[in-house]
Amino acid sequence: MNVSDNLASRNMIGGAIAVMIVLVVLSNIFSVVPETKQALVIRLSKPYKVYNAYRPNEDFGQTGAGVIAKIPFVDSVHWIDKRVRDFDMERQSVLSTDQLRLEVDAYARYRIIDPLQMAISAGSERRVEDALRPILGSSLRNELGKRPFASLLSPERGAVMDNIQSRLNRVASQYGAEIVDVRIKRADLPDGTPLDSAFNRMRTARQQEAQSILAEGRKQAQIVTSEADAQAAGVYAESFNKDPDFYNFYRAMQSYRVTFGTDGTDAPGSSNAILSPDNEYLREFRGRR
Amino acid sequence: MNHSDSSELAPRPLLNEGGPWGGGGSGGGDGGDSNPWNQPPRGRPGCGPAGRSAIDELLRRGRARFGGRGGPEPEAGRLIFWAAGGILLLWIVWTSSHMIDPQERGVITRLGSYARTLDPGFHLSFPAPIDVVTKINVEEIRVKDIPESGGNSQNLMLTGDQNIIDLAYSVRWNIRDPELYLYELAEPDETVAEVAESAMRAEIAGVALNDAMGSQRSQIEGRVQQRMQEILDGYRAGITVQGVAIKQADPPAAVNDAFKEVSAAQQQAQAYLNQARAYAQQLGAKAEGEAAAFDKVYAEYKLAPEVTRRRMYYETMERVLAKTDKTIVEAPNVIPYVPLPPQPPKAQQ
Repeated sequence: MNVSDNLASRNMIGGAIAVMIVLVVLSNIFSVVPETKQALVIRLSKPYKVYNAYRPNEDFGQTGAGVIAKIPFVDSVHWIDKRVRDFDMERQSVLSTDQLRLEVDAYARYRIIDPLQMAISAGSERRVEDALRPILGSSLRNELGKRPFASLLSPERGAVMDNIQSRLNRVASQYGAEIVDVRIKRADLPDGTPLDSAFNRMRTARQQEAQSILAEGRKQAQIVTSEADAQAAGVYAESFNKDPDFYNFYRAMQSYRVTFGTDGTDAPGSSNAILSPDNEYLREFRGRR
Repeated sequence: MNHSDSSELAPRPLLNEGGPWGGGGSGGGDGGDSNPWNQPPRGRPGCGPAGRSAIDELLRRGRARFGGRGGPEPEAGRLIFWAAGGILLLWIVWTSSHMIDPQERGVITRLGSYARTLDPGFHLSFPAPIDVVTKINVEEIRVKDIPESGGNSQNLMLTGDQNIIDLAYSVRWNIRDPELYLYELAEPDETVAEVAESAMRAEIAGVALNDAMGSQRSQIEGRVQQRMQEILDGYRAGITVQGVAIKQADPPAAVNDAFKEVSAAQQQAQAYLNQARAYAQQLGAKAEGEAAAFDKVYAEYKLAPEVTRRRMYYETMERVLAKTDKTIVEAPNVIPYVPLPPQPPKAQQ
């Protein structure tokens, strides 16, 4: 029993090792190239072939992705991303022609279109990005530095971007890459004095606006009141002008009542009247003459 | 739900231990140890078939058949063989049948290469790892908040008139084309955020602060959406931007007080105007009232001018003099000394 067990396990080990070897050999012969990767096969240290290389506007399923065969231990596969990748530039401080400082964040999107070139000149995607990043920064500074601050905010920004992209593309092609797009993500005033003075400008502009709104409000109010005064005067004139003489009398009567406090209100002062008998009111006081 | 969910985009050897054979082996063995040669069963008498893997049992079974050895061990071996076969079958069934939910599409890669896209429903494919199905939810509207909600950080932007605005917005998007989404961009989700930021800032750089805060918000939203869509289409991202919503467009906190002053001034101006209108209304009513009163009296007066005039005169005088201390001076051409009572100080002033 023990002896046969030993024998069996030895056979079994042999079998297992055989299976393993088959697996290793198979996995060394065949590789799966996914849609998202380009495979550069290097045969005996010499580039041999690129599978699933990028072509513009290709249809998936006919791209060359799939199983590839290679010679074990002779060919080695170098995997290169086929997708659009991006790298962010570190924040750059840019000085415009009118000496305004601007903090700019940009990003670029690129794609490896020549895996062989890329493998030879850079080795990996990360190295491509490391090589392109400072160039993006410097061309951004150069381009933006040629312009006044205001134009950076204007639609002219598109032209700036195109210039930067073509400049960057020239370098990228040395690395087998193609710049798909360059874009300014953020363009801000730097913290500290520039930002504070911008805030201050905004604040004073608002205060000015507030004051002019108040003045305008007062003006409108004045117009309304004076119009009302005029209208009232018109109403009075229209009515009283029918008989100015009677108005004079009527108004005098009203006025006496108010002054002497007989209209129901208290007159502010006390009144004494010294009347001469010649007074109109006292005309009848003496009897008929 | 499915093994293929983990979207095997990374390169992967065709025949590896993660395949159905290795999986079956580990399932049939003692679970933790799928490498039978690490622990040869030698020197473990009576440990039984439970300590052996499927391959082990397979070999044993073959031997048992040809060697004609009887006893309980081949029976157990057969059992394990069937178990392994069952698990293999289960694996095949499990990874080759796919339920695609209504909001999903299933992208099949056959040995790495894109094969087809499955519409909702039940579908069969080759088992993994030949066919790998990645389910992508194409209907779900994903929302990206910028800046990320939670933090109360400001998202300051420069406007066209060189003011600064604090803007918060969200982008709603979904996947239009699952293949493009999977294969074209290395980081599609981050790309959406960056494109949104870039498009929004480009747009805000073209409008004045007041427009951005108020009247033109909806136009800005529309233009940003359009711009984002153009950029993303340029990347062949397979993404549809459903909408951009500006949640908040405020002046920066540092100048907020000044902006409040403006709205306070607007209120105050309105108050001035209200007061003026109230005054005007009062004055108009008073004028009309007085004029109407005069007209009434005048109409009466016209009927009997002299009598009315006299009557009014006497009535008024009566009421006036009734309340007044009266002194009547008879002597003509005499300037009388009138002892006026001391006036209250108020009257003297």
